[in-house]
Amino acid sequence: MIDRDQVLHVARLARLRLTDEEVARMSSELSSILDHIEKIEELDLQDVPPTSHVVQVENVLREDDSRPSLPRERALEQAPDVADGGFRVPSPGT
Amino acid sequence: MTPEGPAAERRYEPVIGLEIHVQLRTRTKMFCGCALSFGEEPNTRTCPICLGHPGTLPAVNAEAVHFGLMIALALECDLAERSVFHRKNYFYPDLPKGYQISQYDVPLARNGVLGDVRIHRVHLEEDAAKLVHAGSSGRLHGAEASVVDFNRGGTPLVEIVTEPDIRSAAEAAEWGRLLRATLRATGVSDVNMEEGSLRVDANVSIRPAGESTYGTKAELKNMNSFRFLERGIEAELARQEAIVRDGAEVEQETLHFDPQTGALTPLRSKEYAHDYRYFPEPDLVPVAPTEEMVSRARGALPELPAARAGRLEADRGLPPETARLLAFRAELGDYYEAALAADGDVDPRALASWVTNDLQARLGDGEDPARSSVEPAALARLVAMVGERRISQSAAKEVLDVLAAEGGDPEAIASERSLEMAGGDEIAQVVERALEQNADAVEQVRAGNQKAIGAIVGAVMRETKGRADGGEVQRLIRERIEA
Repeated sequence: MIDRDQVLHVARLARLRLTDEEVARMSSELSSILDHIEKIEELDLQDVPPTSHVVQVENVLREDDSRPSLPRERALEQAPDVADGGFRVPSPGT
Repeated sequence: MTPEGPAAERRYEPVIGLEIHVQLRTRTKMFCGCALSFGEEPNTRTCPICLGHPGTLPAVNAEAVHFGLMIALALECDLAERSVFHRKNYFYPDLPKGYQISQYDVPLARNGVLGDVRIHRVHLEEDAAKLVHAGSSGRLHGAEASVVDFNRGGTPLVEIVTEPDIRSAAEAAEWGRLLRATLRATGVSDVNMEEGSLRVDANVSIRPAGESTYGTKAELKNMNSFRFLERGIEAELARQEAIVRDGAEVEQETLHFDPQTGALTPLRSKEYAHDYRYFPEPDLVPVAPTEEMVSRARGALPELPAARAGRLEADRGLPPETARLLAFRAELGDYYEAALAADGDVDPRALASWVTNDLQARLGDGEDPARSSVEPAALARLVAMVGERRISQSAAKEVLDVLAAEGGDPEAIASERSLEMAGGDEIAQVVERALEQNADAVEQVRAGNQKAIGAIVGAVMRETKGRADGGEVQRLIRERIEA
């Protein structure tokens, strides 16, 4: 069971502001997802390594060759606020 | 009085571990093809991947893995058969995706050692972007807005974490220098602390001497030289000891070192900062180093400084300190070995001393001696001449001055300037004159005052301008007086 405090904690980490209604809904939705996952625990998984990936592929590597970067205007195009050739943001930690 | 004795008399032992971030000198970023940035205009080295745009996919840079393996092998680590990338989730403006791609429970390598310090782990990750604080104040706190420059975002990093094996601030700095020299020898990074391509954080705690449990640690950041690392750790140790002696407890916190003032300021504790909710990066498959990848990394490693210092000590009979100096500063070591190879007659110990003392003193700070006008062969010859007693130490220093200023051949310089030792006939004549001019001293020596001989030796040395061997002159004088 994911309680209200846990939902608020996760929301805070994700910088989400939730209404009371949403908190209640998330609490029940997240709980049901966890319940579903918990079903797996009914199985004997003693000798099964955790699955981090669903494909059995390794070492997909890229050569260290450079590709053109974006022109700065293009990189900044969707920034809500621009200053000094950069993305202007509220100062963190204040 | 308690059985353990009063707190004021208890001795405390420092427990120090280091966390080192190394920017790799690849051509491109860790997960995209943007070229690495060296002071370009802000945000001119970005693409949808390193800007964290939705729908983009990272791709691991093969060269970064290669460099990571080289570091892991240089630190004698066990390589993971199959290491996994994780997402480390936190919100900060320097992290466009809301997470950093790093490694968590299965790092690239573990269980290494360098010198006396064990390595806990070595892993690959990406660097964050740079936050430039808006306004001209440049202060970390108080500025209302910041500007993000994503040029650095996504630069390949190797993080090295040591075990808490270090027991003093000086040892931390000394080991840090060994690590830097080792990384520099591998060539995988610029390892420049001031420019941030080598960043060293220290976890510092104290415990009563003899205890085996650890005290609460503080994390020190932003020390951009090994001198500051040492100073910062010293200040923190003193602070913790004062707290504990007052009967209070050290709190776990992150402290920012100010090189200007030497002060340690607690960073505003990032709420929830340690709740990173790591999970495997679904967009990247594991890195499983093949035999070929490992042997290529091993083959790319040169002789490392610790091995070189050991070799110079064992094969050349150098004192440990001199051997370390030559090994840690590869350009000095290379110069030394070139000089040694150039002249078979030179004494390796004397040559090492000339390279690390006299030659270095005549170079600019950090200057590569190979770029000076003193040819390695010329220095070796000069030192050999001293060994052959053909020139005195002080005269040799004069020749070195000339070599450092304009280069040339030490034999020619010594002979042009009449700096070579005086010959046997010349010395005999000078001794004869000195005996005549110092008849009093001669009488005193005859009467048993051995010290009086100094005046006669001094006269000979003055006359020859130091081109005579003091011991030899003394022997000659004694022979003449006793005859």
